[in-house]
Amino acid sequence: MLRFAFNRLLQAIPVLLIVISATFFLVHSAPGGPFSADKAVPPEVIRALEAQYNLDQPLWQQYVSYLGDVLQGDLGPSFKYSGRTVNELIAAGLPATAELAMYAMLVALIIGISAGVLAAMRPNTMQDYLPMSAAMLGICMPSFLLGPILVLVFGIHLEWLPVSGWGDIPGDKILPAITLGTGYAAYIARLSRGGMLEVLSQDYIRTARAKGLSEPLIIFKHALRGGLIPVVAFLGPAFAGLLGGSFVVETIFQIPGLGRFYVQAAFNRDYTMILGMTVFFATLIILFNLLSDMLALWLNPKLRQQAGGES
Amino acid sequence: MKPQVSVSTASQLSAIILILTSSLLLGSCGSSENNVSKGNRTGTLHWGNGTEPQSLDPHIATGVPEHKIIIALMEGLVLKDRKTLEPRPGVAKSWEISDDGRVYTFHLRDNARWSNGDPHNAHDYVWSWWRALQPALGNLYAYMYFSIENAKEYYEGEISDFEQVGVKALDDLTLQVTLKNPTPYFLQLLDHYSLYPVHQATVEKFGSADQRGTRWTYEGNIVGNGAFQLRDWKINRRVVVERNPYYWNADNVRLNEIVYYPTENAITEERMFRAGQLHYSGTVPADKIATYQSNNDPALRIDPYLGIYFYRINVETPQLQDKRVRRALGMTIDRDQLTQRILKAGQIPAYAITPPGTMGYYPESDLRFDPEAARQLLADAGYPNGEGFPSTEILYNTSEGHRKLAVAIQQMWKKHLNIDVTLLNQEWKVYLNSVSMKDYQIGRAGWIGDYVDPNNFLDMFLCNGGNNRTGWCNPVYDELILKHAPEAKTQEERLEIFTQAEKMLLADMPVIPIYIYTSNNLVDPSVKNFSGNILNQPSFSEIYLEPDNGGQQ
Amino acid sequence: MDRLQAMEEKGSSLWRDAWIKLSKNYLALFGLGVIALLCIVSLLTPWIAPYGYEEQNLMLGATAPSLEHWLGTDIFGRDMLTRIMYGGRVSLMVGFIATAVALVIGVLWGAIAGFVGGRVDAVMMRIVDIMYALPFMIFIVLLMVVFGRNILLLFLAIGAVEWLTMARIVRSQVMSLRKQEFVEAAYSLGLSQWTIIRRHIIPNTLGPVIVYTTLTIPSVMLLEAFLSFLGLGIQPPESSWGLLINYGVETMEEYPWLLIFPGVTLSLTLFALNFLGDGLRDALDPRTSKD
Repeated sequence: MLRFAFNRLLQAIPVLLIVISATFFLVHSAPGGPFSADKAVPPEVIRALEAQYNLDQPLWQQYVSYLGDVLQGDLGPSFKYSGRTVNELIAAGLPATAELAMYAMLVALIIGISAGVLAAMRPNTMQDYLPMSAAMLGICMPSFLLGPILVLVFGIHLEWLPVSGWGDIPGDKILPAITLGTGYAAYIARLSRGGMLEVLSQDYIRTARAKGLSEPLIIFKHALRGGLIPVVAFLGPAFAGLLGGSFVVETIFQIPGLGRFYVQAAFNRDYTMILGMTVFFATLIILFNLLSDMLALWLNPKLRQQAGGES
Repeated sequence: MKPQVSVSTASQLSAIILILTSSLLLGSCGSSENNVSKGNRTGTLHWGNGTEPQSLDPHIATGVPEHKIIIALMEGLVLKDRKTLEPRPGVAKSWEISDDGRVYTFHLRDNARWSNGDPHNAHDYVWSWWRALQPALGNLYAYMYFSIENAKEYYEGEISDFEQVGVKALDDLTLQVTLKNPTPYFLQLLDHYSLYPVHQATVEKFGSADQRGTRWTYEGNIVGNGAFQLRDWKINRRVVVERNPYYWNADNVRLNEIVYYPTENAITEERMFRAGQLHYSGTVPADKIATYQSNNDPALRIDPYLGIYFYRINVETPQLQDKRVRRALGMTIDRDQLTQRILKAGQIPAYAITPPGTMGYYPESDLRFDPEAARQLLADAGYPNGEGFPSTEILYNTSEGHRKLAVAIQQMWKKHLNIDVTLLNQEWKVYLNSVSMKDYQIGRAGWIGDYVDPNNFLDMFLCNGGNNRTGWCNPVYDELILKHAPEAKTQEERLEIFTQAEKMLLADMPVIPIYIYTSNNLVDPSVKNFSGNILNQPSFSEIYLEPDNGGQQ
Repeated sequence: MDRLQAMEEKGSSLWRDAWIKLSKNYLALFGLGVIALLCIVSLLTPWIAPYGYEEQNLMLGATAPSLEHWLGTDIFGRDMLTRIMYGGRVSLMVGFIATAVALVIGVLWGAIAGFVGGRVDAVMMRIVDIMYALPFMIFIVLLMVVFGRNILLLFLAIGAVEWLTMARIVRSQVMSLRKQEFVEAAYSLGLSQWTIIRRHIIPNTLGPVIVYTTLTIPSVMLLEAFLSFLGLGIQPPESSWGLLINYGVETMEEYPWLLIFPGVTLSLTLFALNFLGDGLRDALDPRTSKD
């Protein structure tokens, strides 16, 4: 397994290089520069700004020097937030986003797996239909809809929880975590139900049943491991998605996280910020996909021989 | 790693889950006092501030959120009355204007101090204005200085000696400013943050004078001369300012703190206001306004705003080259319906580009809603009943408000002129690119005045004006604005010249005026001395907090 | 072994069996019925819609449901029922076509990577990683600049993001199947690779694929709204369910019907799809046939 992880990390190097290069040229060819504004910007100001951020050099030269900086861990200065570095901005946004993603994942896993397993135990009964219908509702409830509804009900009408903030007022983390987690809970419920049904119809489970083992024992000891494989494959991208895709929730609840930075950077054509965030997210995605693949191997020992051969 | 999920790992897992869940829920119980009532006790104003400020350097910043913070931290020679916007003494306790209106002599207060206790004097202005005119600094508001003698020439490199620019410190407390022409709005400009002074020692401590993006504006570094000083700046979270004990009028400042919240989303901000997390919100979603109005909620404050919403027409588009077509388009927008049924916040239908009443200026306009005459104009231009008129596109940047207006106007033109119009929304930067490249046919636009004078609106449409972007060019118009107006002997004569110019603009109609903005504010009733004005500029040094029904809560 | 041979014999009739099983599943039939109805309504909309989708009445404004306007009107006084019907044309088309694009690419990509394994797998999955990491918004804006505004581009853009997760799921499923006894048995029986893929791998991955597909369709419909905000996709006065819901959220307190009706329509579609998907999955599952 260690060799597997090592190989994958080696592969990460070209992947990151391609991501950086592709993004660099994508971003620079997008219409609208970082300094265009509503009021016309005089040409001498544009020149001064471009000189300041080395944008007056040929593109390839900018590319080479950017790569050099990235190798040293320097993601450059932000164009929009004058005086801040991208490293500084990411460091400022990461804690809130990571914490939010963790709580959301927790909500998603607890609700999702229990609903999925419950449903799979008695397929095509009420025990199946109820949690699965709830899951469907969860999927059609995008966070931009669920968030405001929760805020209106619990924040404004009942006044139980704060309507926004992050760590400012006690309890202000609950609604964002639920909002972000629900969609993923729904996916996980569907996937784990599917996976469990798949496993429960396998021969070894039938054998276990024939031996007269109790149902909970069968579920938890034998079935869950295989049944959660589809969930695990989903977890890697999902967690990366939670980190990067929390933009909507961060905006609704006024959370100082990375998602807002990323989207603002794209809207502002803050080149270094977009690049820096992309590099950062790419690294996370690679790591989480690796982790999720390793978890899948761990849950399914049969795959491991094959993985050993993967180079 | 063990290949099996043993019972012990499962229980460990559930233990971890339990701990995490409880940490999430922890502290959710127990009543918490909301920001507003707590702030009323401690003298802390909670202010919804739009977006995260990009910079607090007054010579670099450009946006409204930045403006609201900078005016708390810094101050110019002159302040404005919070209601009438008349000039009031600021750092300068008095001033004289020469008879020809060109030389201003300011007498500074001897008790003016920087927030670190340093003396604040006339030399600070000479240095700061020199800095603001360094091209390398990239000051977008450099043109605010151009009424000063030789400032434009210096900025554009025609002269290199700053001594020739009309700013001189006669002694420590006397500053003399010489203007190119008499400029009736010059005192107003002094209250614009681009003419604020900065603290030389601090700026130079963190970089050279003309260097952008140094760290001098961060908490712990920045030194200002305003009623407040920066205490805390957490990106995307809050900016906190507290009272500045060295401020010359510190005894009369009644707020202890202002907390600015960067909320990009107007709907979120409105909910925060309703939940008592904010004293003030500066953006009210259009559909919420009706609700506040029907409840007679005193929190809603609507005031006219010095800004115009209009459509630019790219006059190089073949079917829009004929001014009769452009007039016809302008005459078939039912502005009363737009403002009453869609915008709903008391916006004023606009029939000219300059908002009426700007420095006593009331534009004369023959533009009105007249579908009958418009159809005739269109027919004269060769499109009877809209026949043969090519499909035309309205470009707007993605936003709910722009969309609504465009959808309604599209339908009005279809109904009254029988022409087909399509809509195209573009993301902000793409839209800016399209408009400045003139890659559009009809484009949504807005202009907010920097100072209260018709010149600020009308010089947009000079032939090579950077903000013209319509391709319309009229040398006679240029001469009126650039030559005749500045040289006018009296204010009446000057306004008459503007009237003449604006008539020319409206007759050719490269731009279709639509409505005059209003500022829509939500202000908690406990906030006193908040006065609406056409620049929507609060006076933080005068605001104080006092709940009306002190007994409650 | 017996099962394997049994499956071999009836492999060709897999689809017919599935249809017989599906027709006994009432929920799935209900789902199928709803989808069919929605498609028919969408096709006929230009003839049966009560009003024009762009017909405004500013003086009327937003009104609650009434006899003239069964589902109320929006702030322009436009009939909501009509707008939802027209919106369905866009949303259903985008939902089905873009999901189909994602499905085809994702399943093929994942199946090949999972089945071939080794270096091929590594390269293919790293490409997926790269695609995940690219900034989607910038990509869309560029697509628009280079190719202009085009509804085909919308399918392409949505397909380009949605196939990634599909590929990962299929791959992991295929890899686990490859090591199952019955597949190894098939190898030892000397069946060709293509036969194994067709007879054993594909039918056995159908379950998760169908489930994930029913999950993808709603997210695609909502993604369309986001792309329309960026300028790709459709422009006003046209509408789609995603856009109607987006607008509805903003005024949910003032004009709740603007949110509720498009929301209910979308949910109904998703429930129907879901029932149908579950039914299909059960019907296509080679193992349940023995029960």
